[in-house]
Amino acid sequence: MIELNNVSKTFTLHNQGSAVINVLSGVSLSVARGECVALTGASGAGKSTLMRMIYGNYLTQAGEIKIGETDLVKAEPREVIALRREVLGYVSQFLRVVPRVPTIDVVSEPLRAVGATSEEATARAEELLSKLNIPERLWSLSPTTFSGGEQQRVNIARGFAHSYPAMLLDEPTASLDAANREVVLSLIEEAKSRGAAIIGIFHDEAARERVCDREIDVTEFTRGQAA
Amino acid sequence: MSESAYNFAYLDEQTKRMIRRAILKGLAIPGYQVPFASREMPMPYGWGTGGVQVSAAVLHPEDTFKVIDQGADDTTNAVSIRTFFEKTAQVKTTTRTSEARVIQTRHRIPEEGLTEDQILVYQVPIPEPLRFLEPRESETRKMHSLEEYGLMHVKLYEDISRHGHIATSYAYPVKVEDRYVMDPSPIPKFDNPKLGDMAAIQLFGAGREQRIYALPPYTKAVSLDFEDHPFEASKADHPCGLCGAEDSYLDEVIVDDEGGRMFVCSDTDYCEGRRAKGFVGAMAATDQMAATTMTKPTLEVL
Amino acid sequence: MSRADQPLLSVKSLSKFYGAHIGCKDVSFDLYPGEVMGIVGESGSGKSTLLNCMAGHLAPDRGEVVFDTRADGPRDTVQMSEPERRMLSRTDWAFVHQHARDGLRMGVSAGGNVGERLMAVGARNYGDIRGKATDWLQRVEISADRVDDRPTTFSGGMQQRLQIARNLVTGPRLVFMDEPTGGLDVSVQARLLDLVRGLVRDMGLSAIIVTHDLAVVRLLADRLMVMKSGHVVEAGLTDQVLDDPQHAYSQLLVSSVLQV
Repeated sequence: MIELNNVSKTFTLHNQGSAVINVLSGVSLSVARGECVALTGASGAGKSTLMRMIYGNYLTQAGEIKIGETDLVKAEPREVIALRREVLGYVSQFLRVVPRVPTIDVVSEPLRAVGATSEEATARAEELLSKLNIPERLWSLSPTTFSGGEQQRVNIARGFAHSYPAMLLDEPTASLDAANREVVLSLIEEAKSRGAAIIGIFHDEAARERVCDREIDVTEFTRGQAA
Repeated sequence: MSESAYNFAYLDEQTKRMIRRAILKGLAIPGYQVPFASREMPMPYGWGTGGVQVSAAVLHPEDTFKVIDQGADDTTNAVSIRTFFEKTAQVKTTTRTSEARVIQTRHRIPEEGLTEDQILVYQVPIPEPLRFLEPRESETRKMHSLEEYGLMHVKLYEDISRHGHIATSYAYPVKVEDRYVMDPSPIPKFDNPKLGDMAAIQLFGAGREQRIYALPPYTKAVSLDFEDHPFEASKADHPCGLCGAEDSYLDEVIVDDEGGRMFVCSDTDYCEGRRAKGFVGAMAATDQMAATTMTKPTLEVL
Repeated sequence: MSRADQPLLSVKSLSKFYGAHIGCKDVSFDLYPGEVMGIVGESGSGKSTLLNCMAGHLAPDRGEVVFDTRADGPRDTVQMSEPERRMLSRTDWAFVHQHARDGLRMGVSAGGNVGERLMAVGARNYGDIRGKATDWLQRVEISADRVDDRPTTFSGGMQQRLQIARNLVTGPRLVFMDEPTGGLDVSVQARLLDLVRGLVRDMGLSAIIVTHDLAVVRLLADRLMVMKSGHVVEAGLTDQVLDDPQHAYSQLLVSSVLQV
């Protein structure tokens, strides 16, 4: 479902003496349907960078990143947008929303974007928010005023609203209490069992043990790059 | 200077040719505002300089000329213009609508139907119907040329939203031959139905604004409106106090210091004609003086 | 939508010169139905010139602006007759000005402002026009009882929302926006952005938004073009251009934003 072939990434800092930083090279990996793969490596090893490349958030200079049939490296912006709407979900560590939009709409939006009726979308959003223990009185408020933990849970609810065939999870269990952590892990397990291909970054070792089938150490792609 | 020192009808022949060309162009494109090089006339703007120039261009020495102001032949403006052409063109003048070949008018169409032998000349203060909402001449000309008349309905919309009905009661815009929107000069909207399909030629002259436009005989002119607020030609709901006419446009006249008032035909010739035939209104019998000595009070009635 | 795979707007080598000075040069891109594209750049970078050339307010010196018209399919609007282009700008196109007073009739009531486009395309039923105008006022969060008030009595944010209602009432497919949030308070900006986002999604609008505010494009635009000195120096997915800018100028632009 997710397949990377010989992918590499450099940053060129034009405003700092055109310094060229080679971050990753020769990345090849593949994740099958129903499989969850963890990216590991020390902080700064390039886990998040790789994740962002797979989402199309960072530009990839060389290689091939295939999500289903689409090669993200060559895709037009609109193809990437369609891919993100239909196929590829991403739960980042930070919630980024338009101020003033109610939580319930933030969470149901991905479903409405793929054509669900307003009722279906709202019902699914309510289910997820209840599961993740966001009090009902907050649903009509904008999440911008919520605590960090609450925002993270809203973000997860939004990320799991639509059943994406491929998902990227960046520290989904960080800053969650035990109960909510359990909910998130079961959401991941559900996604796996319906056939989603998942790539995740988990600092939470126990969580990684539980949901991930394999680990890929990103350090191997950065070897010899730190110069 | 002796009167004979003037060229016929005051203007020189070249100027009259220029105006006639504008008139012909106006007749060829009904409702279209034709620019023309308006001349200084020996009267102030706002006193009918546009109408006077058009009249001067169409008058023949053998024509009979009539001038009305708000329907009356004897108001200052009407008298001075009539005198002007008596002096400069030595044409016969009349107050009888049916006897006149050329009728210059301010703010009215005569009640009596006009014929194919007649020309009605309107004095126009502001020829541009779109001016109310769009002050740029360059833009209004473009709107005319591209038939973008949505703005005209915005004006009527504003009327209804503010007054509950279309409160525009004079200078009510018409669409000519399904093409140009035209300001019929500040005639009451009561007169609008007479604009369309008229046998006489109608010419409109705006002196200060330097525009001439025209309706040839039997031209379609439809008053703009909404489906649910249709155009209505309204007038005061009274018969004429002097001649009893119920079909004519009326002026309201204050007759004493106690708030007494009467409604009389604004078209003095029409009123006199009816009274000559023996029609008598409710106020005519009780106020003999008013009925006999004055044809109409010289009041500006808006 | 059957035409979703065909560009709604296709700009080809669009160039405009002011004498020897470049307004914009060789700008090309395709905009698909439902897409929102942002154009950013500093003052004088040519983004407003480009917008005005696309919207038919300025005549470009070179290039094509091909729009997928309802009646005849793709047509180069630069070559269209003026009546056709003006008709387009009252029906399928909309233009939201930075200053609401440039896009509103200040002497006309809110209802008349919204109703004008309807009347311009032939609506002749007062009740219907007023009903639609009232409905649109509410959609842009202006109370229905303000329908007869003039925009001069509205706040800046309300005026801007009224301008949007006036533009969208005829159901356009493409909206040009020139700094739509410029000059508004931050809190008012957020409300407007939220509103525009909702309308774009609900109506399936395509939009081109010129702004110098990167936060605006981050929230509204799917795609981004960065302009400098009349040239497009970088284009791509909005979040990609903002998070991983490639061109020196884009990097400078992104790094110059104050973080809050």
